[in-house]
Amino acid sequence: MYETGNAKQIKMQRILLYVFFTILTMLSILPFWIVIVNSTRSAPEIQQGLSLIPSGNAWSNWTHLRDRGFNIFQGYGNSFFIAASSTILSLYFSSLTAYALIVYEFKGKKFMWGIILMLIMIPTQVSIIGFYRFIANIGLLNNYIPLILPAVASAPTVFFMKQYLETIYHPALVDSARIDGASELKIFHTIILPLMRPALATMAIFGFIGSWNNFLLPLILINERSMYTLPMLVQLLTTDGYRTEFGAMYMGITLSIVPLILIYTFLSRYIIGGVTAGGVKQ
Amino acid sequence: MATTTTTASGKQRRLAKRRNHDKWGYVFMAPFFIFFLAFNFYPMFYTIYLSFTDLAGWATEANMVGFQNFINIWNNQLFRRAVSNTFILWIVNFIPQIVLAFLLAYWFTSRRLNLKGIGFFKSLFYLPNIITAASVAVIFSSLFSYPRGPLNLFMLNLGVIDSPIDFFRSVIMTRLIVSFIQFWMWYGQTTIVLQAGILSIDENLFDAARVDGATDWQSFTKITMPLMKPITLYVLITSLIGGLQMFDIPYLLTGGGPQQSVETMITFIYKQAFQGGRNLNVAATASVVLLLMTTLFSLIVFNSFRTRATKTRKGVK
Repeated sequence: MYETGNAKQIKMQRILLYVFFTILTMLSILPFWIVIVNSTRSAPEIQQGLSLIPSGNAWSNWTHLRDRGFNIFQGYGNSFFIAASSTILSLYFSSLTAYALIVYEFKGKKFMWGIILMLIMIPTQVSIIGFYRFIANIGLLNNYIPLILPAVASAPTVFFMKQYLETIYHPALVDSARIDGASELKIFHTIILPLMRPALATMAIFGFIGSWNNFLLPLILINERSMYTLPMLVQLLTTDGYRTEFGAMYMGITLSIVPLILIYTFLSRYIIGGVTAGGVKQ
Repeated sequence: MATTTTTASGKQRRLAKRRNHDKWGYVFMAPFFIFFLAFNFYPMFYTIYLSFTDLAGWATEANMVGFQNFINIWNNQLFRRAVSNTFILWIVNFIPQIVLAFLLAYWFTSRRLNLKGIGFFKSLFYLPNIITAASVAVIFSSLFSYPRGPLNLFMLNLGVIDSPIDFFRSVIMTRLIVSFIQFWMWYGQTTIVLQAGILSIDENLFDAARVDGATDWQSFTKITMPLMKPITLYVLITSLIGGLQMFDIPYLLTGGGPQQSVETMITFIYKQAFQGGRNLNVAATASVVLLLMTTLFSLIVFNSFRTRATKTRKGVK
């Protein structure tokens, strides 16, 4: 279709673009790589200059970090517990809400849908002051409940679930079960939820990562050191105690990012797919 | 969305009415609604209420003071600075972000270039987005640290600079670093959204243009760009709303300094409420201002959303 004189030009363009993409790729990876490499180097080595080759000091950095009371395993545990519980809640109740919005006709349905759309746009950060006072008033500071339970009303997840259900739902799916006398809730559990598996998987990844990365809410609600989540632990690395222990500090950062990098290595295809399908933003 | 729901829900309506299942709609929506009331609705109105009171320090009783807090915040230099900083940091990150994302989306979808490995590059460009923002902030604070941070050492060893640069004591540098981090974390996401938008454009339009002798670039500027207007608006507003909530990066990078140059609206709210004097009323008032801004911007998206419906299926934040 194109005249052959163009072929050379296109080839040149392609090469230039691949070079450019490679530069951007380096930009994505290098900051993490430098940190990971530095977590294996001693403080003097780090002070000498930049290196991209790991050294052999990882274990001593790790013991320094541990001796400073940086309990990374507790952080993993706390963050995992919060992220897993809130993800399960948000998946289950968002699907249930989406199902209600699609299958039933009831008064106030349009109004609820309007609320959900507005909730997507208005972030929770704008009401943290009221949220904090409310939680303090009912005595739930230093408790994971206010970090987990709000996931029941997760508007973006409902939106995504509804979009998905709309494409697969047909009344015939549930008709025979109804004739057999199955309850509505049983129909939802045995027929609808299994059908929604792909959407559930996508939102599970995003919900989990979103909760795992949340910093502001736990910062406000949790004081107890043993209850710190991972981002709160990471925050400690900026304090004076690490001003000389560079290796230990880099080890701390590394340990906080490695789980996510591993997850991403395996799931990036689904994550990119989720972003493409729904414009999901954390 | 519009057409499919009408036909499907028409059938459903008949079926549901006959069997009287509709009451289950309320039952299934109830958990969402109750938790929405408790954890979204009530805190929001509590915040608005507090903005009309004098609740501060360790006081337990709040007295109504009318609009006094709003008058005060209007005259609060630090808050004004926080508002303008937030917008500056957002603009400096967004303009290069949308330009690069558009170019990448154009290259990724160009049939003439027919590039390979796009999936691979996309997933790497998106990578920074999933990493904990708190960790990202600490990473950049150590990479740029003074005097012997990796970047300073690198430039010293190369001979680019004679003495190390104290990045976080310079207003310009600190702002650029914050904006760069935001850019770096989000351009991959924007590229993916724009690429999905371009791919949803009817191929026939491009074929027709090609038959008429249009160049690739002409098709891009005359067909793609105009058709991408709604998505671009969507990206712009969601990015703006997200940008207004900027907290983790500036707070953990420098705590808002130097000279309050990266103090944002949320760092202002956080510090007012939870540090020093614990001025909950000031923080609540700032929150209400932020809420008003956010609502205004989201109404713009909401409207464009309703008029355009399915084609792009975008909207999850």
